[in-house]
Amino acid sequence: MSAPSLAISGLSKRFGGVVAVDAVELQLQSGELHALIGPNGAGKTTLVQLLSGAERVDAGSIHLDGRDITHVAMHQRAGLGLGRSYQISSVFAAFSVLDNLALAAQARARRRWGCWAPVAADAVLFAAARGTLDAIGLSARAETPAGALAHGERRQLELGLALASGASMLLLDEPMAGMAAAEAERMLALIASLRGKFTILLVEHDMDAVFRLADRITVLVYGRVIATGGAEDIRRHPDVRRAYLGEDQP
Amino acid sequence: MTSALHVSARPGFALAGAILLLVLPLGLLAVDQPFYIVLASRILVFALIASSLNLLIGYGGMISFGHAAFVGIGAYTVAGLMQAGIVSAWLAWPIAMLAGAVLALGIGWISLRTSGVYFIMITLAFAQMAYYAIISLKLLGGDDGLSLGGRSALLPGIDLKADLSFYYVALACFAASLAFLHRLINAELGRALQGVRDNETRMEALGFPTYRIKLAAFIIAGALAGLGGALLANLTGLVSPSLLHWTQSGALMIMVILGGAGRLLGGAIGAAVLLIIEEVLRDYTIHWQLGVGVVLLAIVLFAPSGLAGGLAGLRQRRQA
Ligand SMILES: Nc1ncnc2c1ncn2[C@@H]1O[C@H](COP(=O)(O)OP(=O)(O)O)[C@@H](O)[C@H]1O
Ligand SMILES: [Mg+2]
Repeated sequence: MSAPSLAISGLSKRFGGVVAVDAVELQLQSGELHALIGPNGAGKTTLVQLLSGAERVDAGSIHLDGRDITHVAMHQRAGLGLGRSYQISSVFAAFSVLDNLALAAQARARRRWGCWAPVAADAVLFAAARGTLDAIGLSARAETPAGALAHGERRQLELGLALASGASMLLLDEPMAGMAAAEAERMLALIASLRGKFTILLVEHDMDAVFRLADRITVLVYGRVIATGGAEDIRRHPDVRRAYLGEDQP
Repeated sequence: MTSALHVSARPGFALAGAILLLVLPLGLLAVDQPFYIVLASRILVFALIASSLNLLIGYGGMISFGHAAFVGIGAYTVAGLMQAGIVSAWLAWPIAMLAGAVLALGIGWISLRTSGVYFIMITLAFAQMAYYAIISLKLLGGDDGLSLGGRSALLPGIDLKADLSFYYVALACFAASLAFLHRLINAELGRALQGVRDNETRMEALGFPTYRIKLAAFIIAGALAGLGGALLANLTGLVSPSLLHWTQSGALMIMVILGGAGRLLGGAIGAAVLLIIEEVLRDYTIHWQLGVGVVLLAIVLFAPSGLAGGLAGLRQRRQA
């Protein structure tokens, strides 16, 4: 499965009087690691909500590999390869870490309706789950209920769910949020290892991390895209410096 | 087993339970208490029905307050068919299950678009609608209900009119339903259902069609409750609108919570305990419902995960 492309055009979302996302234009090329940065309240999470289908769009369109998915249901978008992670970890608290990942692997295999054969006896499915478990570095916590994980571990599982679900495009909403420096470094290395295998939209707050990693960067301020480009372009962009870095023009 | 979610039956425990239930009526006959065979049958029927509700409440997180409607339609189906001359259990009982499933499809279709308190209220409202619909149907006996001229015919040689045979048929239905539910919760649909209970939004983000998963569980529970209704009609020989009354739905919910929501045996334990308490206290006082309330309160306070959960906790503590 090759990594898909995503084309976002004129995308808008309003909450009452707040225009959270304002006529956003954005292209993600196949296999690209595209960072989305912007101050708090810029509309980054809302954009991810719109792309994943969790919120309805007010205007504009979303195309995944040329196919219009603007009004496709959330679970169907996932079926088309669109995976996401949440800024606030959203795991299955009562399930063990391994069962969390097995559930995601079940999603990948599109297995929902079986009423008889025990899933736990499915060696292939659990081998896939264990593969992800190793990849996210939680092998020692396989049997731990997800609700009992430390914050950083839960962030790792959060990403693991998206990985195990068979997505080919990942929308990652601040995967390093609230992590200690060493943990964040490991998470960053993990995301770097995904480069090329997935098309990734990486929402991040920490600009240094993003500048090292991303192929291209888009800056969102008050719901509007104010710049898109490589790390150097963004660093030098006067609007970005003014709006995001809080600097006056030199 | 590496999956903590997987519920395995303890063979010794299951065997002991099976033997106990198989010899129980013989023991009752030996001590000359045949009346209790009917009570035991009643417990088995309600154990089946409460187990089906447990699938919704305990495994699906769907607090359905209208389960009596599915029991009622199953019971009325058998009674109505019998009036029309169809007495074969092989025909009437599957049709009762189908009726329960179809009603669940209809009610679930709409109710499952809501959640939380709205879901509780809308399932209650639908069940009350069914209750009033039955009352107003003269064909189904209105307020008075229908009397079943006899019991369904199963096999030549098995006379369901005999309390002993009926007990074993009820036991077979309960055991088969429980075995099916056990397979189900460990299978794809059951694990997906528990995922929906835990975090529905994330399930959808992973690609699960959560609405259809809940609807499937709702239909399965409706069909099993319909079977329970068919048995109940045969047990009592009379079906009346009170079968569908909201207090019946409430009693079923109490059984599930009492026994342990989300525990395989939760519904069965709750049904047994509630019906036995009712039986015992009724002999001593007309205020037996107060006693039930006190017991319920104690369990909610001291064993919040129900009796099944409390017992499992005790066992773990002893092992530790
Ligand atoms: N569900 C919602 N209801 C109302 N307002 C919202 C909702 N979600 C986000 N907003 C508002 O939209 C704006 C963008 O928020 P968000 O997308 O969370 O920003 P970011 O992720 O960039 O910090 C904020 O002003 C926020 O208050
Ligand atoms: Mg955000």
